[in-house]
Amino acid sequence: MEALTSILFHGLAYAMILYIISVGLSVTMGLMGFVNLAHGVFAMAGGYVTVTLMNRYAVPFGLALLAAFIAVALVSVILERTLYARLYGADELEQVLFTIGLIFMAGAMVRYFWGPLPQPITLPAALSGQLDLGFRSFPMYRSFLIVVGFVLIALLWFGVERTNFGAQLRAAVDNRRMAESIGIDTRRLFSLAFALGSGLAALGGGLGADILAIYPGYATEYLVYFLMVVAIGGLGSLRGPFIAALLLGFGDTACKYLVPELGSFFVFVAMIGLLLWRPSGLFGRA
Amino acid sequence: MTPALETIGLQRRFGALIVANEINFRLEAGARHALIGPNGAGKTTFINLITGQLQPSAGHIMLGGEDITALPQATRVRRGLGRTFQINTLFKGLSVLENVCLAVGEQAGIAGDMIRLVGSDRAVLENAYALLERLRIADDALVPVRELPYGKQRLVEIAIALGLQPRVLLLDEPAAGVPSTECAIIFDVLEQLPREIAVLIIEHDMELVFRFARRITVLVQGSILVEGTPAEIVADARVREVYLGERHHV
Amino acid sequence: MASVRPVRTSLTALFNWRPSSNASPVETLIRRHRLRAIELLPWIVAVAAYYFLPDYLSLGSQILIMILFALSLDLVLGYAGIVTLGHSAFFGVGAYAAGIYAARVSGEPLSGLLVGACAAAAIGWISGLIILRTQGLALLMLTLAITALLAEAANKASFITGGADGLQGVDIDPVLGIFRFDMFGRTAYVYCLAVLFLGWMFARRLVHSPFGQSLIGIRENANRMHAIGSPVRRRLVTVYTISAALAGIAGALLAQTTQFVGLTVLGFQRSGEIVIMLVFGGIGRLYGAFVGASLYMIAQDQLAKLEPEFWYFWIGLLLVVLVMFARGGVLGLIDRTLRLLRRRR
Repeated sequence: MEALTSILFHGLAYAMILYIISVGLSVTMGLMGFVNLAHGVFAMAGGYVTVTLMNRYAVPFGLALLAAFIAVALVSVILERTLYARLYGADELEQVLFTIGLIFMAGAMVRYFWGPLPQPITLPAALSGQLDLGFRSFPMYRSFLIVVGFVLIALLWFGVERTNFGAQLRAAVDNRRMAESIGIDTRRLFSLAFALGSGLAALGGGLGADILAIYPGYATEYLVYFLMVVAIGGLGSLRGPFIAALLLGFGDTACKYLVPELGSFFVFVAMIGLLLWRPSGLFGRA
Repeated sequence: MTPALETIGLQRRFGALIVANEINFRLEAGARHALIGPNGAGKTTFINLITGQLQPSAGHIMLGGEDITALPQATRVRRGLGRTFQINTLFKGLSVLENVCLAVGEQAGIAGDMIRLVGSDRAVLENAYALLERLRIADDALVPVRELPYGKQRLVEIAIALGLQPRVLLLDEPAAGVPSTECAIIFDVLEQLPREIAVLIIEHDMELVFRFARRITVLVQGSILVEGTPAEIVADARVREVYLGERHHV
Repeated sequence: MASVRPVRTSLTALFNWRPSSNASPVETLIRRHRLRAIELLPWIVAVAAYYFLPDYLSLGSQILIMILFALSLDLVLGYAGIVTLGHSAFFGVGAYAAGIYAARVSGEPLSGLLVGACAAAAIGWISGLIILRTQGLALLMLTLAITALLAEAANKASFITGGADGLQGVDIDPVLGIFRFDMFGRTAYVYCLAVLFLGWMFARRLVHSPFGQSLIGIRENANRMHAIGSPVRRRLVTVYTISAALAGIAGALLAQTTQFVGLTVLGFQRSGEIVIMLVFGGIGRLYGAFVGASLYMIAQDQLAKLEPEFWYFWIGLLLVVLVMFARGGVLGLIDRTLRLLRRRR
């Protein structure tokens, strides 16, 4: 029983991070059909910015996260306007090659400036230690992650359902030509969505530094996980990747806890199975 | 006599939308048959059901008396069912000759051969070239298809289908997108199709239809409205009504 | 429109010294598939290297191995049009299978190659059957997932694979009982060259056969292939399996010549690198593998010594530039230059 609550708890925290990082990818891929394998780079950048601000410049945690969000969002827009935009009609292979090139470049730059080792994280005092809920105590930081996760998700879903921007986004994902013909500027919309998605990824990278270690191989090692969340969840969907992240989060945590000799092996098999059963994702369109 | 192609009660629905409604259709051997109807009538859907790109909700499809309803697309082709597409569906990066060779090779059964070099079986290449000569595009044999004008690409489309030596040939708007100056060749090619092949052509170009077809079927909203000789169709009031009195390009 | 993909190259016409204007189109097409003199160039270079560059033979062996690996990928990516980031799965399986075979069963190298090939082919066949039903992102994802899964398995099953420390004890017997692996790398080089030659002969035959042509057809327009009665999925699974076997042989060669197998034979990094090597040379041209792998490995050997971090940066940058401006890789650039020159004449 105790093991179960641990698994659920840690799995949920992990799922939150995966979702926050990957949701932007799902939206942008659904919107522009662009295979962006370099999405993990934004998460990695967010992690590095957050950790560096905190460690070297003693910036408070919250402020560091905000700075990471803004900085990465801005850089991503510049990248999008200058480079990505030229490949929107291109072959799948070209998009894949381009984004792999970005991953390699980003990884090399990061290794050069920060070295090959994982960045040390010092959690703010208020968020370290244990949270005592009476029947059990949980790590404070993970609890914080879960709460923050829910808040962010609520904001995101509310934003997409209730705001003008959100409505335009949903329309454009559903049928881009139609949206354009009723006057929606899909290019500007896409840049904004891209920035928002990358910013969220940066936030997820910074928040999740505890779970997904910040080191130069970040974008390549965790690529498979982000893509799995998106592919299984379904492109252009908000809810789909959430379910997928939950499945992956719980599944991976459970496997590592119960059968550590096999590690992530079973999770991969399960994910492959899911993808074969539903190639467009659980909530995607065929 | 067994019809070359027959559909019995063919039906296809997408939820509440019925795109093919109990279609009973016969195509005799050697037929020159046209399928016409307003846009959205379900003509291409009908073709897709016959070729196997779409699965019917109900009904049967018989090719030369054999039930092919459960067979996949590629198998139906090997049984003698050929088609052309409304929009050119060609191997743009390959030359005209190579395009047709692929079809001829499949038909000859050597397309899966990994050992022999292309050309060691000259017959395939010669047959493909002969086909190009018949369609008068032999001069462009080595030109990549993407460099050809649209009208010539349309002829390649037909050549590929003929390379399969089909018993039944389904032509989906062969003149679509072809400038009127180049249509004459298409007309000629259609007239010179081998006598034994049963040909069903979907067209909007009424001039082509009346020149080519000996029988016409009119499809409206998934159902057959009327079927008969060109003279009967022209005289039919319901057909006039459906086309709002127009007899030319819709 | 495919642009990193090859257009029929006038490179072939240029080096076909006989004038093609007199011949019939059928004859010209047949000639395109026959062996041309220029195709012997790589082998002349390889043999020359043996005699004139005796100090670089171990690098040479590694280059030959990567060429074979890239060749196998070209069949799948360049000819059949399957975008995969998981080809390292077969390379790695071949490496581990041959390594474990040498460490536990027998050091005989030729049977080791066979073991590597069969293991990789089996994985290739099964995964091909399962994943080639999908396309696009789902397919890409699945190829990644499979190599990640195998990497995780290799990591965890350390009792046979050596885990993160790598597989040790890979001792190889003399080839054919006569040629011992010497420390100058001479035997290894000739061994790899011979295997590559056989692999190339097979790949060349495949690509210039009706089967190979149908693969190109599938790549160019799969819908049309269905509509001409082609058993598309069966052809794809077949080429995927064959390609896996070749990649497995390359992996086995690596295990045998370096006498070590580490986790890096699997995973995204290895897959990404071989895709890059092939794309640099030019996909779908068979010889892009030779050009790309050679240039990459030589450059890496020379430049990575200076600043290892910079290597991946420049490769990434080169890749971005390539996609933007130089689609078709090195051979594509040569092609375009030649065409420009011919027009000027």
